Amino acid sequence: MIPLDYYLILSALLFTFGVIGVVIRRNVIIVFMSIELMLNSVNLTLVGYSAYLGDPTGQMLVFFVIAVAAAEAAVGLGIVIALFRLRRTVNVDEINILKW
Amino acid sequence: MVLLDYVPIFIMVSLAGIFGLVLSKASEIFGPKKPNPEKLSTYESGMQPIRTARERFSVKFYLVAMLFILFDVEIVFLYPWAAVVRELRLFGFIEMLIFVAVLLVGYVYILKKGALRWD
Amino acid sequence: MSVTGSDLLGILAVGIVSVTALIAMLAGVFLKNSARLVMWLGLAGMAGAFAAAWGTYPSAGTAFGGMILAGGYASFFGMLILCAGILTFLLASDYLRKEGVEYPEFYVMVLFAVSGMMLMSAAADLIIVFLGLEIMSVSLYVLAGFMRRREKSIEASLKYFLLGAFATGFLLYGIALIYGTMGTTDLAGIALRFASAPPPSLFWVGAGLLLGGFAFKVGAVPFHMWVPDVYEGSPTPVSGIMSTGGKAAAFAAFLLVFVKSLGGGGAKVQTLLAIFAALSMVTGAVIAIAQKNLKRMLAYSSIAHAGYMLTGLAAANQLGESGVLYYLVAYTFMNIGTFGVISLIEQAEEKRLEFSDYAGLGLRQPFLGIVMSIFLFSLAGIPPLAGFFGKYYVFAAAVDAHMTWLAIVGVLASVVSVYYYLRVVVFMYFHEGPEGAEVISVPLLGSVALLLSAAGVVGIGVFPSSILSLTGWFF
Repeated sequence: MIPLDYYLILSALLFTFGVIGVVIRRNVIIVFMSIELMLNSVNLTLVGYSAYLGDPTGQMLVFFVIAVAAAEAAVGLGIVIALFRLRRTVNVDEINILKW
Repeated sequence: MVLLDYVPIFIMVSLAGIFGLVLSKASEIFGPKKPNPEKLSTYESGMQPIRTARERFSVKFYLVAMLFILFDVEIVFLYPWAAVVRELRLFGFIEMLIFVAVLLVGYVYILKKGALRWD
Repeated sequence: MSVTGSDLLGILAVGIVSVTALIAMLAGVFLKNSARLVMWLGLAGMAGAFAAAWGTYPSAGTAFGGMILAGGYASFFGMLILCAGILTFLLASDYLRKEGVEYPEFYVMVLFAVSGMMLMSAAADLIIVFLGLEIMSVSLYVLAGFMRRREKSIEASLKYFLLGAFATGFLLYGIALIYGTMGTTDLAGIALRFASAPPPSLFWVGAGLLLGGFAFKVGAVPFHMWVPDVYEGSPTPVSGIMSTGGKAAAFAAFLLVFVKSLGGGGAKVQTLLAIFAALSMVTGAVIAIAQKNLKRMLAYSSIAHAGYMLTGLAAANQLGESGVLYYLVAYTFMNIGTFGVISLIEQAEEKRLEFSDYAGLGLRQPFLGIVMSIFLFSLAGIPPLAGFFGKYYVFAAAVDAHMTWLAIVGVLASVVSVYYYLRVVVFMYFHEGPEGAEVISVPLLGSVALLLSAAGVVGIGVFPSSILSLTGWFF
């Protein structure tokens, strides 16, 4: 049996990579992929805890997270396509009509 | 030491890698080589490649792919349901009917919107 | 495991809204030019849901094995959010026609957003918090970018989406850590464990992440960066429901998790909330002064109002909690009303959104001038309107909780805020309008919505105990 700490450390690392990706990358698609990485690292935490606690709630939440992430991806890509049609860019820095 | 338990796996993986490398290199070194244009094409006895593969796709592919992903991922809920459907009896059946009905509304919507029409 | 009648009764209101949304979705695609029809259908559905929430209000409890709250608190927020939804519908139809985007999907998405908000505010389990939040957020991402040929709208949508999804990641990680350290996602179960033994340090990491996620959703400093851009770029009725219904739902879940379940979370969490509150009030009030665009000014003002509400949360006493609920009701009416007037004045292509466009409006159009003045006076916190009592309750709660400094910061911030709210009134009544300025015809549905909001602001201001008596027994 793999100790719980391994899951937690790995998922914390993945989550951190996701956060760093969101902060430093400028391409909208890659920013979005980093967000997905964050969500999936959370899934890993949940599954790890679920196995450790012997309680299925965590796994159930993972199903919901997966479904929600898919819906978010569809909406997000739709927004990106609409933006690309108007502006011909997917670079976060060029999306600046509204002051940040 | 826990890592000691993994030594056999490590040995097996190394052996598999070495075996694959040695065989493919051996055939490259010892095998006869008589190339001709037909042999070098992407699919030697299949279709002729028309254009390069690295070009833009129609945005319709993305739409269909996105819709596919949505419905595909919703199926994830069917697996845990299928595992316990016998214990849940009628309750579980009706629950899943409601779930599928909601998905069906979405499907009818995209169908009527023409999102799946291909021309 | 089976479902009882009381379970179904518990989710009746949110169920009606969801089913209406599905029917509206089909009606919108099967019937031609059905936007108007879908609007009336949605209104009927929300009215029915309102009646259901009203009817189940006395029977507070939980449904579906303790997953979701029924009656009482859930009904209260259900009715509040449905009010926001109904007012948005009334204001949106003429706005959408004016902008040339009158599609039935708008109403369907608002209905889905409303159902998500109601679910979130009725959560008795962290899973429901997450699901409600996402149903609401995903619908709002779409609504923010509803005018997809307008660059500002799409840009607002993209920013909201990226930052919202980012915040969801943190919130979810917080939920995962709380689940792991407490062994359950059930709020009542967490409350039991929290009370019985001091939680491990990892729990506090999770609670901190969850706090950050909530602070983002209510738009409190330091997680407020998205608010001005999104409110400015979104279609005006969408900014209205985002700032009221969305905020109400987020605060409802915030209260459930941090006050009901964690009992205020202890002195450290309360201090943190107080700091967030003070920062929000000051930042919102100060930056709002410099704005020319009315929507952007209201966005900063909404940050400041999030700060006032957080004051009540930081106090974590009974007066504070009732005060927050009262404040949310008051804020819903006055803010939707203000955004409603803006949406009527606004012209296509983002025109007439500046202060100077309101010059002489009060004399030219007495009705719009009067209702707008009522909303702005209330936002500024001038008695006897609802906004005054909201502020009074949360500041009094802060003093009770020995956070006098926070109440003082709050009062100072509201004094500053009087400047930019009354500036609009000054423009409306004491500035000459341009020669031959056109008189905007006020559509019937829009004026009904404005009248209802104004009546709400005045009514619950004159009779504050009507709302307080509804909220008194929740905590």
